[in-house]
Amino acid sequence: MSEIAEPGGGVGYAPRVWVQRIFAGQTGPVLVVVAALILIWYAGAIYLNAPQQIDRDRRAGIERNFIDFAAATYAQERPVLPAPHQVAAEIWKTTVEVKPTSKRSLIYHGWVTLSSTLTGFGIGTLLGIVLAIGIVSSRTLDKSLMPWIITSQTIPILAIAPMIVVVLGSLNVAPIWAKGTVSAYLAFFPVAVGMVKGLRSPDPMLLDLMRTYSASPTQTMWKLRLPAAMPFLFASLKVAIAISLVGAIVGEMPTGARAGLGARLLSGSYYGQTVQIWSALLVAAFMAAILVTIVGMADRMVLRRMGVKA
Amino acid sequence: MSAAHITAERPQSQGAFLLTVLAAIFAIVALPLPISEGGSRVGGSSLLLASLLLVVPTTGWPRIVGLRLLLNAVIATAAFGLLLALLSAVEGRAGLGYWAVLTATAFLTVQVMRDLARLTEGRPTPLRRAFSLAVPVVFGLWLLILWECLVRGFGVPPVLLPPPSAIAVTFASSLPTLWADFRQTFLKAVIAGYAMGCGAGFLLALLVDRVPFLKRGLLPVGNLVSALPIVGIAPIMVMWFGFDWPSKAAVVVVMTFFPMLVNTVSGLNAAGAMERDLMRTYAATHTQSLIKLRLPAALPFIFNALKINSTLALIGAIVAEFFGTPIVGMGFRISTEVGRMNIDMVWAEITVAAIAGSLFYGLVALIERTLTFWHPSYRH
Repeated sequence: MSEIAEPGGGVGYAPRVWVQRIFAGQTGPVLVVVAALILIWYAGAIYLNAPQQIDRDRRAGIERNFIDFAAATYAQERPVLPAPHQVAAEIWKTTVEVKPTSKRSLIYHGWVTLSSTLTGFGIGTLLGIVLAIGIVSSRTLDKSLMPWIITSQTIPILAIAPMIVVVLGSLNVAPIWAKGTVSAYLAFFPVAVGMVKGLRSPDPMLLDLMRTYSASPTQTMWKLRLPAAMPFLFASLKVAIAISLVGAIVGEMPTGARAGLGARLLSGSYYGQTVQIWSALLVAAFMAAILVTIVGMADRMVLRRMGVKA
Repeated sequence: MSAAHITAERPQSQGAFLLTVLAAIFAIVALPLPISEGGSRVGGSSLLLASLLLVVPTTGWPRIVGLRLLLNAVIATAAFGLLLALLSAVEGRAGLGYWAVLTATAFLTVQVMRDLARLTEGRPTPLRRAFSLAVPVVFGLWLLILWECLVRGFGVPPVLLPPPSAIAVTFASSLPTLWADFRQTFLKAVIAGYAMGCGAGFLLALLVDRVPFLKRGLLPVGNLVSALPIVGIAPIMVMWFGFDWPSKAAVVVVMTFFPMLVNTVSGLNAAGAMERDLMRTYAATHTQSLIKLRLPAALPFIFNALKINSTLALIGAIVAEFFGTPIVGMGFRISTEVGRMNIDMVWAEITVAAIAGSLFYGLVALIERTLTFWHPSYRH
């Protein structure tokens, strides 16, 4: 990558080369895109909040210049689109300044959502792996179950998630398991499909080799098929963890749930608290990003331990 | 292929023996047991008949798969028919005898599915294709019958889980309502949002493709956004665009946009360097090489996004209706009927959603097959 003959190469980096380096990779462009998005957000906030502000100013009889007007659109109590710094302030207020055990703390709500996400993710992953092993080792299961696994996802489970939570709740199932069921239903699919692909990925030559070793189906599974399926498993896990989070959030939207990011979204929409909606949304987004990153790190770690060059 | 045959042979026949023996054991056990709690013998003679029939295949006869399949299928159908006919008599208080016969019949049906799956092995012929279509159908019917028998036999309250027959009755009796909901949610919100979201994602991808800087910057962001819980914007969209279908379509637009963008951009890079060099030696313009080489090569990726989006769109529209809607729509119906504990109607609505979702997905998959027939995954 770095050549000594390059200007600034070898001994420290001249600032210009730094910039070039950042923009040659992904970091620079991504930063520019994110900055552009935030700018669009600020501009959109003025545009969307303007009618409300004009109306209010007319009634109060206030004349403003543009900068003053823009500042006013960023400081509304219930803006149509809150400005990024308003959302950031709300997140700061509800995470750092409030005790984590308080009902007003986003950490508390985030934890409620996270716990059912992880429950569902765990169950779904296990179920998906078991189903995939069954499908790969039995032709009957392959023929009978596989089409239904695919069909199962055309049922918009998210749409009936509230019903599942309500029904399971009336059976005295704890909310974490009820929401976990929704997450598990969503998460098992990518894992099952990915693992079936992965368990079938070994080269026929390798399978023949196992046969010449007189390996039993179990031995072939443990020593060849499962290791070969690891990259596929992790690719599916990234999808599964993201979709588990969606399942948990939607599971919190029905009337019954009082805690969790989904409940914050719902109560925010009832009372027109747009800042609250956006802060819950952003925290959910952070959580999704962090969870996917963790799975990605586990992916790289496991593959390195297995001796795959990344 | 032939090697797989040899290994498949041994466990298959062992399994067949085990399953039929299990079926027979349960059938024999059933004989002295009452079919309903309280010792009522209603229909006892017909159950006896079923049990006897179940004993027949235990001898492992006949050894020819096709014949055994036919015999078992006939017996299983007759036994299931009897079990269903008996349901109204044993409603909510089915006895051990009933469950034993049900278990026996379930095992026998598994054997039918195994034999069916076995007949699909080998080079595909029309008959084998029909068999491989029949396996999931049999499996689905098997699940439905078990659901019906278990729910009604144990007397599960319909509020928790209604039997399929009750759902079918509700479905048939409220067709006008279901159609109105379907039109509001699917024909208006889903179709409009899907078309706009996929179209916008596609067009932006074409633009991004021309600017390498944007490609490097937007792709990671797009990948991240695809993983975010976008349904969460539903309350915001309802605030911005009102209660009627445009707000639902807006949610669908945002949900479908990013998968389309990301997939199209990576699809446009799927054409090999060799082919691209060839286009250059032909002095092809950007548009020419786009239309003749890169878009066709991107089709599998684009269709992947279209398929993912077909399910996302329905979910987005229905969930958005939880946050406010005129008094029609699938999401509205589901949330209000849950509140009224009218679960039959909810399940009827789910059935509509499942059928609509499957047909939508199937249509996209069909178009994909006709347009990307050249792709290796469709070659046999």
